[in-house]
Amino acid sequence: MTKRSMYFKMIASSLIRRRSRMFVALLAVAVGATILSGLVTIYYDIPRQMGQEFRSYGANFILVPASGEEALSETSAEAAVSLIPSDEVVGIAPYRYETVKINEQPFMAAGTELEEARKASPYWFVSGDWPETDGSVLIGQEVADTIRLLPGNTFTMTGTDGNGESFSREFRVSGVVQTGGTEEAFIFMSMADFVAAMGESGAYDVVECSISAPQTELEDIAASVTERVPDVAPRLVTRVTRSEGTVLTKLQALVFLVTAVVLLLTMICVATTMMAVVAERRKEIGLKKALGAPNRNIILEFMGEGLLLGCLGGVLGVILGFGFAQLIGVNVFSRSVHFQAALAPVTLIASVLITGLACMIPVRSATDVDPAIVLRGE
Amino acid sequence: MSLLEIRGISKIYGNVNALRNVDMTVEQGEWLAVMGPSGSGKTTMMNIIGCMDKPSEGTVLLDGIDISTESARNLTSIRRDKIGLIFQQFHLINYLTALENVMVAQYYHSMPDEKEALQALDRVGLLARAKHLPSQLSGGEQQRVCIARALINYPMLVLADEPTGNLDEANEEIVLDIFRKLHEEGITIVVVTHDPEVAQEAQRTVILEHGRIARIVVNESGKGQEGE
Ligand SMILES: Nc1ncnc2c1ncn2[C@@H]1O[C@H](COP(=O)(O)OP(=O)(O)O)[C@@H](O)[C@H]1O
Ligand SMILES: [Mg+2]
Repeated sequence: MTKRSMYFKMIASSLIRRRSRMFVALLAVAVGATILSGLVTIYYDIPRQMGQEFRSYGANFILVPASGEEALSETSAEAAVSLIPSDEVVGIAPYRYETVKINEQPFMAAGTELEEARKASPYWFVSGDWPETDGSVLIGQEVADTIRLLPGNTFTMTGTDGNGESFSREFRVSGVVQTGGTEEAFIFMSMADFVAAMGESGAYDVVECSISAPQTELEDIAASVTERVPDVAPRLVTRVTRSEGTVLTKLQALVFLVTAVVLLLTMICVATTMMAVVAERRKEIGLKKALGAPNRNIILEFMGEGLLLGCLGGVLGVILGFGFAQLIGVNVFSRSVHFQAALAPVTLIASVLITGLACMIPVRSATDVDPAIVLRGE
Repeated sequence: MSLLEIRGISKIYGNVNALRNVDMTVEQGEWLAVMGPSGSGKTTMMNIIGCMDKPSEGTVLLDGIDISTESARNLTSIRRDKIGLIFQQFHLINYLTALENVMVAQYYHSMPDEKEALQALDRVGLLARAKHLPSQLSGGEQQRVCIARALINYPMLVLADEPTGNLDEANEEIVLDIFRKLHEEGITIVVVTHDPEVAQEAQRTVILEHGRIARIVVNESGKGQEGE
């Protein structure tokens, strides 16, 4: 048998055959590692997911006519849109608005690319379906309440087209939309239906864009639009983009703080346990010294036990930590977290380091034990 | 040259004079007994001879080395190489088997060698118990594991502090038998005891009282003949 295998046999036996004692220390390490791994998972995963969600929380970049302009010409709008990196586009929905009448009551009709509007406004809650065929429309909850329409109902819309001629058309309600905002007073139809009723105008009233890019980049895009397409005025919807940043930063700072405190507590707990372990084993330490063990060996053995403990606790922590993160994710943030394979070694290393650090002081004191206590039989 | 030469050692703990100006020599291959009432300084002397403590005054020459002035680090290595220790309370590491307990001494000394450790256990009649934990062994068996461990690195001096103090007659006899064999092999033995029967086996008995050597008795019935 080599010295090394004897060494591992000794530290493994100490952990395995004294398991009731070592269990407490293992518990301390495992709980610390669990909370560490859980919080770090949340630290990385939840903001990542929330970020996506925030970004998809409606339009964050809007193109309107520059002051003095009546509307956005299609060519200017296209020129402006072409300045947005296409891989960052979530959805780009152009809108045209006209006043129309249903049962002699005035409402606002909006024509848009429904697919794009849906992508740019994922928070719209539609009861019924999004329109799929010509002649189907989405009506706001307010409109539905006023004229008592349900999905599946048909109604007649009247109005005047671009040439001043009046029209009257049948539409079918495919869905009723709730947004909690002004959209609830609108009737949304496909651009094709809108043009068929009101006629071609070659211009939009507004283009709403949802772009997955940080605030600074949005500002850059806005600047280049202002510069290159002067008749278009870009607007950042700062309410959403700003809060996205601050909420996530605050959340991460909080998690970071809690993680640091937990690590400190774990360290104290492991250090206390190891101190108790060392105190309890003074006789064994004295005996080993009496048998001729140099201080270096005593340190190596206790450190070995501590690090093995840290390793085991770390492995437990990785497994339990994922469960813990999942629990918090589901209960607090209402979403499940993904297992971050890259975090497993981080937890393991942190757990070993923390345990090693925590063992340092008690192990140092282990070398102070006087071998003479063995004969005295203290 | 004597294996052990103690010259005028004293040991003072606070206001307790555990040893006062003790002179003593132990020859190579000698079997020496130390007796005396409780508190007379027997264990203190064993700790000093065993390189686990230093005298407050005086010099101790072990195999020609002055161990009264060596650093703790050097004392550890001298202890490892030259001394075999046997205690009254059979100090075994409770999470290691009998065999592993013997191998620990090899591990600190040089290389763990399972075959040799098994032979040592065989010598004390415990081959069948090699894989047992201390808690699965009787007091006598534990003491024999301790003896096997003390002998595994071929020490030149075996120190035993009341080795039979916690043992019954039968086990005491087994342990004494082992000591007799060691003596025949030429190993130097110093044994502290309260038991006159154990002391009688030795060649000489040093009697301590209040930290002083009260007298030295040469045993006619002892295994050897040489006196002072
Ligand atoms: N570490 C110590 N601190 C203070 N006094 C001690 C210490 N060790 C031993 N003594 C005292 O020294 C004296 C001798 O003790 P010891 O050598 O253990 O006696 P024995 O082994 O003969 O019973 C006793 O009075 C004991 O109380
Ligand atoms: Mg004593």
